[in-house]
Amino acid sequence: MIETLAQRVNGDEALVRRGRFLTTTFLLEVGSTAWLISIFEGRVVSVARGPFVMPSSSFALRAPPEEWQKFWSQRPPPGSNDLMALIKRRVLRAEGNLQVFMANLRYFKEALAKLRADGVKEGLKA
Amino acid sequence: MSARFEPIIGRYMHLDLFGRKHRIYVEQAGEGTPLLCLHTAGADGRQYRALMNDERITQRHRVVAFDMPWHGKSSPPSGWHDEEYQLTSAQYTTMILEIMTALELDRPILIGCSIGGRIALHLALEHPERFRAIIGLQAGAHVDPYYDLNFLHRPDVHGGEVAAAIVSGLVGPDAPDHERWETLWHYMQGGPGVFKGDLYFYKLDGDIRGRVAQIDTRRCPLFLLSGEYDYSCTPEETLAVAESVPGSEATIMKGLGHFPMSENPAEFFKYLLPVLEKIGAI
Repeated sequence: MIETLAQRVNGDEALVRRGRFLTTTFLLEVGSTAWLISIFEGRVVSVARGPFVMPSSSFALRAPPEEWQKFWSQRPPPGSNDLMALIKRRVLRAEGNLQVFMANLRYFKEALAKLRADGVKEGLKA
Repeated sequence: MSARFEPIIGRYMHLDLFGRKHRIYVEQAGEGTPLLCLHTAGADGRQYRALMNDERITQRHRVVAFDMPWHGKSSPPSGWHDEEYQLTSAQYTTMILEIMTALELDRPILIGCSIGGRIALHLALEHPERFRAIIGLQAGAHVDPYYDLNFLHRPDVHGGEVAAAIVSGLVGPDAPDHERWETLWHYMQGGPGVFKGDLYFYKLDGDIRGRVAQIDTRRCPLFLLSGEYDYSCTPEETLAVAESVPGSEATIMKGLGHFPMSENPAEFFKYLLPVLEKIGAI
């Protein structure tokens, strides 16, 4: 699913436009699985799955799989509906140069929420 | 042809607070029992626009909302440019009581959200005789900081963008888009460091955990309404206040978040109107 991030983000013109001053690489960890995600001027240009030897990133977002699963559900329950909610509950750790993360907080929230289960697509699968 | 005016009237009031001159923006609508509304940190009185536009409320209440100094259309006091704004419990309390006196609000119903809900608890404890009843929205006794507040005010992070992005997830999932983004726009418009300065009260100075159990609801009824999706002041934190204050009434509002009166007024009124009915019958 995370592999689809580029397509989902880049397909949203307004999101890409809001991210036009953002060029960075960050690490997303779902339990022990790591993903290195590169963004160039608001577009996701690569999504690579670990494990990595010496991955370089500006910051990392780390949470257990069950927490990401709730965050990415179609209607997340209270406490799982937002990155800041996960941070408040101390289940998401944001580490590294967080200036990049905070200066573009709306972008990162909306980009990662793009991985949320989509009702229509889920319905088509069934 | 399509122009339409709301019944809200806004005026600027000049008032001395904490020994300094202030220019404060005050809005009101309706007639009857005064209902004084306190906005959240980093926002302004526009959060109560729906209350002032709903006849079910304005037929029997004089709804009043002011923008705190530094917020909305209220100015910071002269000399602000060399100061760091930090809201304290003492200043917040004085401000509310002085404004009530200036506006001749006799024992109003007080409704406050978030920092407004917190100071409502302080007022219920320290000045119960000044109020007919107190309604705390998203009111908890304390909130631990859960992010580095310095990010709210530094030159390499846009203050308005980050303030709105921090609180965006506090809006409940069912909020109509129009109201959700209106609510966030207010955050985007806040002055530099103002949201951070308010949070000094919310997360540090205004901790009332040790004293909240002393609130006497026989002197002033206390109602607590909290949104299910608020992770800043969680339902558990509101229920903890309710458990420690005998006679208080707490309701958790389904699907709502941290800004019920602004993010989803139609849903919020389902909870507010019965509370106003009860207060009217006291």
